[in-house]
Amino acid sequence: MSVEYTDSDRLLRVSLGPQHPSTHGVFRMNVELDGETVVKLKPVFGYLHRNHEKIAEGATYLSSMPYTDRLDYICPLTNNWAYALAVEKLAGIEVPERAEYMRVILAELTRLINHTAFMGFILGDMGAWGSALMYAFREREKILDLFEHLTGARMMANFMRFGGCRNDLPAGWREQVGTLVEGYGPFLDEMEKFLVGNEILLSRSQDVGQLPAETLVNGGITGPMLRAAGVSYDIRKVDRYGIYDRFEFRIPLGEKGDVYDRIMIRFLEMRESLKILRQAIDQLPEGDYVNPKARIRGFKPPVGEAYGRIEGPKGELGFHLISDGTPNPYRYRVRPPSFINLTLLEDMCLGLDLADAVIILGSIDIVLGEVDR
Amino acid sequence: MQPTSANTPAQSPPEKPGRWMLPGLGLFQGLAVTGRNMVQSFYNKERMTTVQYPEERAPISPNFRNFPFLVYDGNSIDNLRCVACSICEKECPPQCIYIVLERDENGKSLKRPKIFDIDVSVCMNCGICAEVCPFDAIYMDGEYELATDDRFEGLLFHRERLAKSADYHMKLRPEQASEVIARRKAEEEKKAAAAAAKAAKAKADAESKKAAADARPADEKGGDA
Amino acid sequence: MSKDNIPLWSPEHLPLLPQRLVEMILANLGAPEWLVSISGFMVAASTVLAVFMTAFALLSLIERKTLARAQNRIGPNRAGWFGILQPVADGIKMLTKEDIVPARAVKLLHLLAPILIVLPAILALGVIPYGREWTPVPLELGLLFFFAVGSMTELSVFMAGWASGSKFPMLGAMRAISQMVSYELPLIITALGVVMVSGTLSLPEIVQQQGGGFWHWNVCTPWGIVAGLLFYVCTIAEANRCPFDLPEGESEIVAGHMTEYSGFKYALFFMGEYLGLFAIAGLFVTLFLGGWQAPLPGLGLVPTWLWFFGKLALVIFSYLWIRATFPRLRIDQLMRFAWLCMIPMALLTLPAAAIWHYMGRGPLSWMVVLPLVLVPWVLVAVIFNKRLAPATRTYRFADG
Repeated sequence: MSVEYTDSDRLLRVSLGPQHPSTHGVFRMNVELDGETVVKLKPVFGYLHRNHEKIAEGATYLSSMPYTDRLDYICPLTNNWAYALAVEKLAGIEVPERAEYMRVILAELTRLINHTAFMGFILGDMGAWGSALMYAFREREKILDLFEHLTGARMMANFMRFGGCRNDLPAGWREQVGTLVEGYGPFLDEMEKFLVGNEILLSRSQDVGQLPAETLVNGGITGPMLRAAGVSYDIRKVDRYGIYDRFEFRIPLGEKGDVYDRIMIRFLEMRESLKILRQAIDQLPEGDYVNPKARIRGFKPPVGEAYGRIEGPKGELGFHLISDGTPNPYRYRVRPPSFINLTLLEDMCLGLDLADAVIILGSIDIVLGEVDR
Repeated sequence: MQPTSANTPAQSPPEKPGRWMLPGLGLFQGLAVTGRNMVQSFYNKERMTTVQYPEERAPISPNFRNFPFLVYDGNSIDNLRCVACSICEKECPPQCIYIVLERDENGKSLKRPKIFDIDVSVCMNCGICAEVCPFDAIYMDGEYELATDDRFEGLLFHRERLAKSADYHMKLRPEQASEVIARRKAEEEKKAAAAAAKAAKAKADAESKKAAADARPADEKGGDA
Repeated sequence: MSKDNIPLWSPEHLPLLPQRLVEMILANLGAPEWLVSISGFMVAASTVLAVFMTAFALLSLIERKTLARAQNRIGPNRAGWFGILQPVADGIKMLTKEDIVPARAVKLLHLLAPILIVLPAILALGVIPYGREWTPVPLELGLLFFFAVGSMTELSVFMAGWASGSKFPMLGAMRAISQMVSYELPLIITALGVVMVSGTLSLPEIVQQQGGGFWHWNVCTPWGIVAGLLFYVCTIAEANRCPFDLPEGESEIVAGHMTEYSGFKYALFFMGEYLGLFAIAGLFVTLFLGGWQAPLPGLGLVPTWLWFFGKLALVIFSYLWIRATFPRLRIDQLMRFAWLCMIPMALLTLPAAAIWHYMGRGPLSWMVVLPLVLVPWVLVAVIFNKRLAPATRTYRFADG
């Protein structure tokens, strides 16, 4: 959609950000407004750039693991997994079965965290005064407690290792996850009641920020944003990495790909995640939590190149590594889902209201730690 | 694989049909949810999870990790387990550890750190130092109330501050500490046994030598005789 | 009403006590008549001001506490017992903060705007009947006066947005003007129904006519329930409360017209907003909820002003509850809602009120008037639901 204007003086140039309540961190949108209609939008980012990739090229493979926590700090464990997967591919390390199950449990819990927090954030962007956010954070806190019990840290877990996980599940952890999963369904019901039928939310989010599925595919958009537009593309199903082929779950698909679909797809995905979690807890085998042959000190993968990707809560999260046989990677590259999903922001916002631009940005579900790296 | 909806073989029936609702019903549903939370937050512990921090504290998981500490055996911090091998210094992702090996006047290594500094304003509590240490010398602490008004010296922990006794470790993480102690004991016993065996062997060697030496003079003696 | 034959110390007359004491003392001192009456007026005004300033301080705390509870938090509880000193702490903070005026601001208007937002709110509070004996200024044209001064708020909000010389305030001011003008129409039209039925513009008189139990309140009539509901929605919009808080819309335009204000001027905006809230909610209580009338006959022992403040508290609590729940509307939806739903509905209440007025209270008039308001209501609701507020959706799943 394009709007032609000859007299540029009529437009109001507003800089939304980097310090602005709706930007989810330090993101900036240079907007040109005609009244309240967005005619031009230029995203500016990099305020949180901290040289992640270059630092990783100067550090050992293991040293980069804690830094991956800080990419998408809402969901550190999926970042861990993506990186571990890439290194395991590079060095050809086998992962024991128990570790695979642990990884699936942690990744799905992370997905729950991310999508739950998303519900709160999007409602905050729409102007609901924090109620949804607080409910979301209340439940998220329970999962974070589980993470703390297992990994020692609530968010910066640094838990996955090449060939497994850092430590075994503490006693009773599995049962705690079971209780959490049982209690999560009612919470989702309540949240759904709170959000889904709300007429204001419906009218705010429907038919906002639509793009044709082809544009999304061409733009490299992945994750719930792509699935909301009706494209069935989930790396858990496409790659079947780890042991995802053992679980019974479905991929919810939207029709229109507007903000409402993105919210609903995440809701339905959470329910599917609960299904996976139930199965994984039941099937969790005994055994090694880490490949005993994997080395921690003096780890040197052979010369080569590998790309490991997983379905992160926000989309395809990939790590591309090139090894020259030294303890440090020669090239370390992240394929961050939120950054690539952000690229189509302007196309989605043009011709809509300023308020729509804010919720569209929210519905992309970006984390600036990952966008700016 | 091309990401198109064409490769979705089967489609299950819709779970939640879109339904016509009385306008405003959704709003009242939302009000009911907040109303329920408003009332229940007065008595339901599930809803009101706030902990009034300085007065009461949330229970901390025994696995919780914060900044690292150095373990010493016995009562003196001279008995640090650390041998200043600098593995942690190299592996530390933010490079916040600084170690200087202590040497005697001849330049011979004393196998202990003269300086062991951790800049906790840089440390990110990842725990990799504890993981890579082959000497069970560094572990992650559980102490978290470390705020200080001194930005520089107050956040640079020196050897003296970092050193904590093995008993402290035992109290903090009983499982891990007892496992470590058992392993060290076993290693020490093994070492002692090896040393004893070595000593015994040396003794035996010496004895056999002595015996040989004894035998020779006897021959000589005999020769003399 | 003679002032001499009422007791000095009765709960009913308690709010009038300072005024009457001053008048009595001055009269006994032999002061001239004009001085006595002017002093009496000033003390009466001060009483109202004192009551609502206290209420403002309390509400700023209660609002935070209520929202906190709705969100499973505790809210401010460190300053004093249950955080009761929090308003004091806020006040000290606001007063001691640096007052920043942007370089491109129009200095005079920037200073005037916060003052002009408090003023009409205080003026409007003057004409509301708080109790049987307690109407600070019993104007014959009270309702007219209320709307006249009430519309000054728009001016000051726009003044603030314009004078700040900044973009977010400007956007906020534009939103505020369009929103307030749009919602003032249904507000006045629905109030007109009450005027038609009561036959007077005097607020004490309107309350007087609603006496004798809650079924005599205007809201308990077929046209009144519709008009009351519309009026209620309009009061939320006029007070810039959620879900109509677009002029402030903190996730979009930072704080709207208040973005460039700090310190005491910001506090004045805050105060003006809350006083305006009291005034408009008080008007709602007066017009539709029977003002100071007790809900049941035979409760004469309770002072009438307590009923008024009880109802006011309930109405304001409902605002807080709504604020804790709803997201914000978008500006075009807000306008569409006003012009396509609120105003036609409000206009429909006028003939309904007229018929009700001429048929009198009774089952027959219920049967006539109820369909008259209900059918269009349902019709508009259906159209609104179909065309403007889309329904929930169906989703499919890929199993592959």
